[in-house]
Amino acid sequence: MNPFFHIGRYFLLMFKAFKKPQNIRVYIRQIIYEIDTIGISSLTIVAIISIFMGGIITIQSAYSIDSPLVPLYVVGFTARESIILEFSPTVVCLILAGKVGSNIASEIGSMRITEQIDALEIMGINSASYLIFPKIAAALIIFPFLIALSMFLGIAGGYVMGVSSGACSSYEYIYGIQTFFQPWKLIYSFTKVLVFAYIITSVSSYYGYNTSGGALEVGKSSTNAVVYSSILILLFSLILTFLFINR
Amino acid sequence: MIEIRNINKTFGDRQVVKNVSFTFKQGKTNLIIGESGCGKTTILKLMVGLHKVDSGEVLYDGKNFPKLNGNEQQDIRKKIGMLFQGGALFDSQTLEENVSFPLDMFTELSKEEKQERVNFCLQRVKLEGKNKLYPAELSGGMKKRAALARAIANSPRYLFCDEPNSGLDPKTSIIIDTLIKDLTEEFNITTVIITHDMNSVMEIGENIMFVYQGKNWWTGDKTEILDTENKELFDFVFASEFMKTFFKKH
Repeated sequence: MNPFFHIGRYFLLMFKAFKKPQNIRVYIRQIIYEIDTIGISSLTIVAIISIFMGGIITIQSAYSIDSPLVPLYVVGFTARESIILEFSPTVVCLILAGKVGSNIASEIGSMRITEQIDALEIMGINSASYLIFPKIAAALIIFPFLIALSMFLGIAGGYVMGVSSGACSSYEYIYGIQTFFQPWKLIYSFTKVLVFAYIITSVSSYYGYNTSGGALEVGKSSTNAVVYSSILILLFSLILTFLFINR
Repeated sequence: MIEIRNINKTFGDRQVVKNVSFTFKQGKTNLIIGESGCGKTTILKLMVGLHKVDSGEVLYDGKNFPKLNGNEQQDIRKKIGMLFQGGALFDSQTLEENVSFPLDMFTELSKEEKQERVNFCLQRVKLEGKNKLYPAELSGGMKKRAALARAIANSPRYLFCDEPNSGLDPKTSIIIDTLIKDLTEEFNITTVIITHDMNSVMEIGENIMFVYQGKNWWTGDKTEILDTENKELFDFVFASEFMKTFFKKH
């Protein structure tokens, strides 16, 4: 199908989703529910992946430094830079696109094929706003916390595995993660996280909302949601990198 | 009262609804009957605005629904209750939350008042005490009754039921039909039911439109239907040879 058709339909859906909420109390309740569904339930996977990836980055960095002229605190520095700049904001968001994105698309898609969305419309409820807005708001609220946690656990995992494997000493690692720190990199990272949170929830909601047919189509919507969210994450990661590097 | 006047709907190059007119009476159970694929559900979706009419009028107490603006349409929709074929209950919510949902969205009732209304609706459909169950824990008949409880929660003026008996045994079907008829009379609702279940037609058919090939083919009530000389309606009502022979003998 024509990509302009999808782009146009996506923006029309977003226009509908961001209309004035019909009942603020119900929406706040939904946002809290979604924070739990989208964010809290993702804590375990984010924590596990971050600890292991932090460790792997540290050990690989240490064993890649052959020259005695390069000080070992560079291991900590490399781990921090990799985790803050790319691993936590981009890779973890790609993983969340798989977990959260497929969940949102299949949930809304199932609601579509079982006429639950029609039921909302007939009751006089703006179904796009009721279903999509709380998910986007919840992701924008909770994703920065998840990624901050990922950064912390990634660096901590790097410390534990780096020191315990003998790749570097405790002093060198801690000195490394404090060296040449530039605060704007955190702003860059968290800007990316907010953009990715919006992409994951809105694109997945779009595919779920426009599902038609049966269970097979719900599966297809779910797959499309993950694929297109991932592509857009990588595309916007590149765009934001250009924007921040050339600032 | 709901009135449809000369409504038409085409999908692609296939005209599904052809110049259909009918008046759905207040306080009565109005039935749209016909064989599968004849356009019944499309007519219902045109009436509630899930599809747009190509031409014609859908009048809710005199107001032409398709011509109203978004807010005016929403005001009418708040007065509509709908029972979907599969129930369309919200899976993530308990029965109580499902029934309470329209009240949460559109009323300023206190928590206690909402609870009272939810209990009343559940008791009315004989599901009292099942408040905390999820839709997945209910049988087909219970789902239909729960959906009916949600449909009447906000005291609707218009009630639409899309094949309320599909997938139910004859006994449970009659329970659902009787419930709909009682609620219609009790609250003076304009009820529109889509069905091809002849038990339902004979039980609650007060004002019937028979749709054939997208057209309003016959109108009448359940007593008139048995004496019909309309060939298509006769073939629909007495679909099996056994029924035709049985009817002729008696």
